[in-house]
Amino acid sequence: MEPKPRMLVILDVVTVLLFLIAVGMVFFYAPLEAIMGQVQRVFYFHVANAWVGMLGFMVAAIAGIAYLRKNDRKWDIVGLAAIEISFVFFLTAIISGSIWARGSWGTWWTWDPRLTTAAICELVYAAYFMLRQGIEDPDRRARFGAVYAILSFISVPLTFISIRIFRTIHPVIFGGAAAAGGTFEMSPIMLQTFMFSLLTFSIIFIDLLWHRIRLGKLADETEALRLKTLQ
Amino acid sequence: MSMITVRKLVKRFGLKTVLRGMDFSVEPGEFVALLGPNGAGKTTFLRILSSLSRPSIGHVSIAGYSLPNQAASVRRRLGVVSHLPLLYGDLTAEENLRFYARMYNVALAEKRISDVLEMVGLASRRRDLVRTFSRGMQQRLAIGRAVLHDPEVMLFDEPHTGLDQDACLMLDTVLQEVAARGRTVVMTSHDLARVADLASRFDVLSRGVITASVQRSQIEPNDLLAFYRQSINET
Amino acid sequence: MESMPKTEDKLGTTESTLGVGQFIRSVTAIIWKDLAAELRSRELLSAMLVFALLVILIFNFALELDAAARSSVTAGVLWVTFAFAGTIGLNRSMAMEKDRGCLDGLLLAPVDRTAIYFGKAIGNLIFMLIVEAIVLPVYSVLYSVNLFNPGLLLVILLGSIGYVAVGTLLSSMAVQTRTRDVLLPVLLFPLIIPVLIAAVKASTGFLQGVDVADIRAWINLLLVYDVIFIAVAFMVFDYIVEE
Repeated sequence: MEPKPRMLVILDVVTVLLFLIAVGMVFFYAPLEAIMGQVQRVFYFHVANAWVGMLGFMVAAIAGIAYLRKNDRKWDIVGLAAIEISFVFFLTAIISGSIWARGSWGTWWTWDPRLTTAAICELVYAAYFMLRQGIEDPDRRARFGAVYAILSFISVPLTFISIRIFRTIHPVIFGGAAAAGGTFEMSPIMLQTFMFSLLTFSIIFIDLLWHRIRLGKLADETEALRLKTLQ
Repeated sequence: MSMITVRKLVKRFGLKTVLRGMDFSVEPGEFVALLGPNGAGKTTFLRILSSLSRPSIGHVSIAGYSLPNQAASVRRRLGVVSHLPLLYGDLTAEENLRFYARMYNVALAEKRISDVLEMVGLASRRRDLVRTFSRGMQQRLAIGRAVLHDPEVMLFDEPHTGLDQDACLMLDTVLQEVAARGRTVVMTSHDLARVADLASRFDVLSRGVITASVQRSQIEPNDLLAFYRQSINET
Repeated sequence: MESMPKTEDKLGTTESTLGVGQFIRSVTAIIWKDLAAELRSRELLSAMLVFALLVILIFNFALELDAAARSSVTAGVLWVTFAFAGTIGLNRSMAMEKDRGCLDGLLLAPVDRTAIYFGKAIGNLIFMLIVEAIVLPVYSVLYSVNLFNPGLLLVILLGSIGYVAVGTLLSSMAVQTRTRDVLLPVLLFPLIIPVLIAAVKASTGFLQGVDVADIRAWINLLLVYDVIFIAVAFMVFDYIVEE
């Protein structure tokens, strides 16, 4: 069992630092938004979380394709790790979105495209886990996981489009004027904070992914050793 | 040229290794009985030979075509009988055969189906639903299905499983006819008595490798059991 | 006694087991087999039908509607019914192959794997269309709604194709797991949401006589979905059945 690689240690430190700075920026650097007040600060985390969630999904789909092509267990671990992390990030995105909705429109939930798609993604992830749970053979588990990750990743844009055409009250952030309420103009400082949040969460994702992949590899090694002792 | 050639075959399921560098070859017309205890990897090996499973490492070729790349060419020349009958219960015997005849693009299908039903002794039951067949009859029909396209190589995975004495005897008659046609046969079994009369060669698979091989001419039927026991103990 | 065909004859037939001819032959053989077996047992169709009619009945009590409200809800009720009844058909269709090891029998045949997919998928589609063909008149009669609308029928066709395309893929995975029947709806429903939304909106549009130009977007979405997923199925099915 190899010790934590140097790069990872550095990354851990960097991640924590970035996060602290991001939080600081969100609460102290960014201005207080006129209409919504403190609740608006959720926005910085909410979008970043959702972005990372989608990123994870994409990584899982690509890892799925890679696994099917190369048949290397490593890609299965990557895929599983990406979806596990995305699951959590989407969850926080939904919760923060809910808080936002409460602050903007007074309801805890809105059936707007992005939030609904996020909820559907969560269900897809849950289905992914259930699928893996029901398979004994590790190769088949990896193969089916890969296939499902690919299929679901393709369906998500279509889902989003269909809901979008269906209805929308989600704020159109970039570009100012919007039909429904709950939107605001982004000042340069806000933009900076937003971008920084996005960056921070991307780094958090990579950090967590790396850790989780390591965990998966260690689990494999342990299992291999266990099987050796049995024979 | 050997009909079946296997070199350094390794098969892993996740982190578990079932076949560990097997070497195995069969000449045209041989009838090899592959013996071994449960869990030795016989079924896994047969699944690889029948192209249903891919080798993790190693080289497998049948009738000159390699697996898994030329699998389609191999399948044409293979007839497989496993312990599951691979038959549709809601169809009649002849409908089942007709279906497979179409899948294998068998020429002069109707005549061939009649001949096969005759051979396995089920001509009188051709219009009956397979659901109503006894296990012995299903196995016989399964063999019929397997020889329908007249394959050069036949693989049997413990075909006597679940059959009573009478059914076994009937099965043996069919097997002897099948073998008599000059086909190459590999049959797995963990029951020596069954294969003693049928095979021309006995190989033993233990813990993922072939540990022994002997021609029928080189051994007395009485010594077969001792030979087997000895082969699975030495690893 | 069996007669062994000459080697020359054998070569004549065996070379044509690869290629388009055999592909089509295999697909039709599989469809035929599914239809023949179903005709005998009628298990699949009766299960789907009974379930579908029960669902419609339950909706009647769950949503107490006056005639006006009904017109806006008909499409939704129909599609939910089809979606649920569909899973029964998908499950049973694949279970039939898993039974007695028949899937191996299909895999042993010297034909492209995707022929199995298309054979099963088209078979599933036919069963679904049969159920829909029975449910529509029944619903019409029960609720005095005229459902014989060519636009509606088109939508039902396109939607069913999309549903079955993805459903067949997923059911061939689900049937190989421990949790089987239970797993299929869980896997399937999140992925067919675009189909459901588009089909319901388009159906409602046609039923309420909305201008075709407004419905077009939904039809396009259905078409795109169908094409994309059939193409993906083509690429991915091998990995589901190979070991």
